[in-house]
Amino acid sequence: MSKIMQLISANCGKIPPGSVADYVQFGGYEALKKAFNMQPIAVIEEVKKAKLLGRGGAAYPAGSKWEQLFEIEHFPKYIVCNADEGEPGTFKDKLLLSQDPLRVIEGMTIAGYVFGSHDGYIYIRGEYRDIQRVFQTAIDNAAEAGFLGDNILGTEFSFRIHIMSGAGAYVCGENSALLNSIEGKAGRPRIKPPHLAEVGLFLMPTLVNNVESFANIPVITLLGGEQYLSYGTNDSGGTKLVCLSGHAKKRGVYEIPFGITLRDIIYDPELGGGITGDKNLKFVHLGGQSGPCGPAALLDTPYCYKAMRSNGLSVGSGAVVVMDETVCVIDYLKCVTEFFIHESCGKCTPCREGNKQIYHILCSLSDGQATKQDLQTLNKLTDTMTCASFCGLGQTASVALTTCLKHFKAEFEAHISRECPAGVCNFSKGRGE
Amino acid sequence: MHHTTDPNLMVNLKINGIPVTVPGGTLILDAAKKVGINIPTLCYHPDLKVRATCRICLVEFKGQKKLRTACSNEVWEGAEIITNSKIVRDTRRTVLELLLAEHKPDCLQCVRNTKCELQRLAKELSVEETSFISAGHSFEIEDQHPAIVRDPNKCIKCGRCVEVCQDVQQVSAINTAHRSAEFEIGTPYHQKLDQTTCVSCGQCIAVCPVGALYEKDDTGKVQTALDNPGIHVVVQIEPAIRVALAKEFDIMPGNITPGKMVTVLRRLGFNKVFDTRFMTDITSREAAYELFDRLCNNGVLPMLTSHCAGWINFMEKTYPEILNHLSTCKSPQQMFGAIAKTFYAEQSGISPEKIFVVSIMPCVAKKYEGARTEMSASGQRDVDAVLTTKELVKMIKHGYLDLAKLEESEFDDPLGISEDDMVICGSSGGVMEGAVRTVYTELTGYDLEQFDFEAIPDLEGAKEADINIAGQVLKVAIVDGLKNARVLMDQIKQGSSKYHMIEVMCCPIGCSNNVRQPFGTTAEIEAPIYQGHKSPAVLTLYGKFLGNPLGPKSQELLHTNYIPQYRK
Repeated sequence: MSKIMQLISANCGKIPPGSVADYVQFGGYEALKKAFNMQPIAVIEEVKKAKLLGRGGAAYPAGSKWEQLFEIEHFPKYIVCNADEGEPGTFKDKLLLSQDPLRVIEGMTIAGYVFGSHDGYIYIRGEYRDIQRVFQTAIDNAAEAGFLGDNILGTEFSFRIHIMSGAGAYVCGENSALLNSIEGKAGRPRIKPPHLAEVGLFLMPTLVNNVESFANIPVITLLGGEQYLSYGTNDSGGTKLVCLSGHAKKRGVYEIPFGITLRDIIYDPELGGGITGDKNLKFVHLGGQSGPCGPAALLDTPYCYKAMRSNGLSVGSGAVVVMDETVCVIDYLKCVTEFFIHESCGKCTPCREGNKQIYHILCSLSDGQATKQDLQTLNKLTDTMTCASFCGLGQTASVALTTCLKHFKAEFEAHISRECPAGVCNFSKGRGE
Repeated sequence: MHHTTDPNLMVNLKINGIPVTVPGGTLILDAAKKVGINIPTLCYHPDLKVRATCRICLVEFKGQKKLRTACSNEVWEGAEIITNSKIVRDTRRTVLELLLAEHKPDCLQCVRNTKCELQRLAKELSVEETSFISAGHSFEIEDQHPAIVRDPNKCIKCGRCVEVCQDVQQVSAINTAHRSAEFEIGTPYHQKLDQTTCVSCGQCIAVCPVGALYEKDDTGKVQTALDNPGIHVVVQIEPAIRVALAKEFDIMPGNITPGKMVTVLRRLGFNKVFDTRFMTDITSREAAYELFDRLCNNGVLPMLTSHCAGWINFMEKTYPEILNHLSTCKSPQQMFGAIAKTFYAEQSGISPEKIFVVSIMPCVAKKYEGARTEMSASGQRDVDAVLTTKELVKMIKHGYLDLAKLEESEFDDPLGISEDDMVICGSSGGVMEGAVRTVYTELTGYDLEQFDFEAIPDLEGAKEADINIAGQVLKVAIVDGLKNARVLMDQIKQGSSKYHMIEVMCCPIGCSNNVRQPFGTTAEIEAPIYQGHKSPAVLTLYGKFLGNPLGPKSQELLHTNYIPQYRK
């Protein structure tokens, strides 16, 4: 049986992106038409039944998010699509935005209809400049065909979508920082509460969902929540776009039903096809830089939110970065930490200072200068960053380190004894030099 | 979690197991205080918006792994909050250690030593040193500004100064830049502070918890003058600062009288000690005649008061196109300098070059004002040094003087004669009220009774009054804080201002909120009806020396003009 299931990526590469006629020919906008004949609350019911968990990485139940916003009787409400896909090893929104933008637009439009919203914003990362053009063309074509703008399909409902470009900051993928950025403020996260459903864009109630989440909305509307759920597992409805990179033979984006194993993703001939050079797998870094690293021993974990979480792993953004036996854990973590040193917004102490201190210690490990005391300090730092940081960035910045300390403790200890099992680190400098 | 922000609804919760009932919307920080639990804070400041960035005030919500900040989270019904668990204590200490690793540890040389909030926290949490690698920054200390020094090596990035500069004063001379490790608090585009829109109000110094922002120290300059027997050092002092002095020396405010302050200054070696209020009388009188002149001769109205130094800086930088609305009167400080080096020099037979004029003021912007090159009516710098209250404290400490035990003495003549023992300029309303009373008496022959101000709707920190003078209505307004003043200035620009005179004080709540106060005092000062224009000493000065208000001599010595400072 195929391990691939295309609910949201079927059009990708098959139809010209942004062509309304082609999109409609392959069933596009049927969901919007169906939604127009449903009560808004009924659409939300289907999203709840589908058990769609937010695809941006936090896996917050989309149905609950929608329900909370629906209950707020304060207008206007805004629909915001988070397309600031900055998580390293994550490139699945890129696929949808560039190859099937109308699906995302349709999903946002259905949300607009549900919440009586007239304006949607899509915040696309600055590095996707070409995709921004593709997406704008899709918006223009949809408007010309009567699927956006005033009186969509002859109804009373009017909805517009505006593209906002990011400017390179990873932290703007955090929803409140993203809204600040749209408003023209510095992209730093806001204090919560109040939650964005209450006080969001321009201080109005706001829905913020990821690209992939919105792309699922037409499918859920059309198929119904129960059927959508049945494609996945009991707790994780439907499919997930996974981004396979690193030392995998066939790197790329795959749409898989929840429930197949990590081993399937990496080794199935239809999917990853194994490790390059047929080397051994050392670990797999999941869900983005802020996600956990899992050793080969956990490869039989089913890829779904619950099973992954109970094994200390995570789906996150869908990133699956494969690292083979030639990789040194310390060396790898240095790269991860460098990323967070660069991308922390700097406003709260644990994240701004903690990443720097972690990096210092990782460097002394890879130089052969570290002591046992340094491992304790690392634990102190990760504990503090996790429970004390202002936003999700700082709270999760040390997850890769924490999981590596758990699964590869021996490798840390080897470095204290000036040995690098992978033979990557250079200990030519004498201790204390 | 059920939140209510309705202050009419009472919320029951437990803090460390102790039941407490507080109105909805109360911060955990304040709810804890109610049951005798003080939660340590650092970036939090009661007068500013909550930022929750330092992460010192973390507390545990029972059943949640993540800690939350007590400064930003409100209570909710049934909450169980723990402020002293192991994880809370450990995390707090680690956060503090992380801050200390970035902070230059030269406490003994630091202006905030023993008054530093970071130092205090370290003591409270028994953190003697950081277990992390110290950054060892050696950023340049920026001291080109005439009044304010910035030391980025001390900055803990709490953001208080940014908020007070951007949101409270809307000056935006300080901002945040860059991300993460490079995240910094500085000036836009790394301009020097004196090249920015900075008005020297000193509000940033007032809120800085550490020694990253402080006023320029002029005590050395003053001490050198005092040590030189060939120099005659005169000082003028604002008696209102005694409240702040008392706090600094931890004695009851009533125990420090103006008379004791005079004694202190004499013991420090000042040759003559004068009361600023005398010059305030002169300022009011000149302003009164200027207003009268503008009213009678179709002059530019409304007239804006000019005695607040930060306000003048703001006008020159932000509203250069309406500088003609500003009264040309110098501030009492600068009038004092000009009179001291002319009239007083003549009277005492001392050459002006041998006179060193010191002014003790509750304000750092006065340092900037004293250093203005155009303030040299006597042919040289009129005011040689300006000390803030904090610097006076330093001098008293250097002199090992026991303030509480000193005897009383009198201010010196002739600039030392004033009406009564009262304090008026410094709480907003002083100069304008004096001017309006003078105009009233000139026009009607009677004294103006108490008149009442009413709050201006929708404008914080502002009040207005209509004064009936011989059938004409004089419309006046008083506004504190530059953010609020902007509203009235925009009205002037649009030609829609209805006022004849507006008094502006740069800082919210007037001078009592400036850095003269030892951190956080906001004492309001009650003043009796002011009748400065009838002061015999004032009349004497005009009779013997100045001639008429607005006359040639006062134009020469007591008035100034303003220089537009357009932004490049």
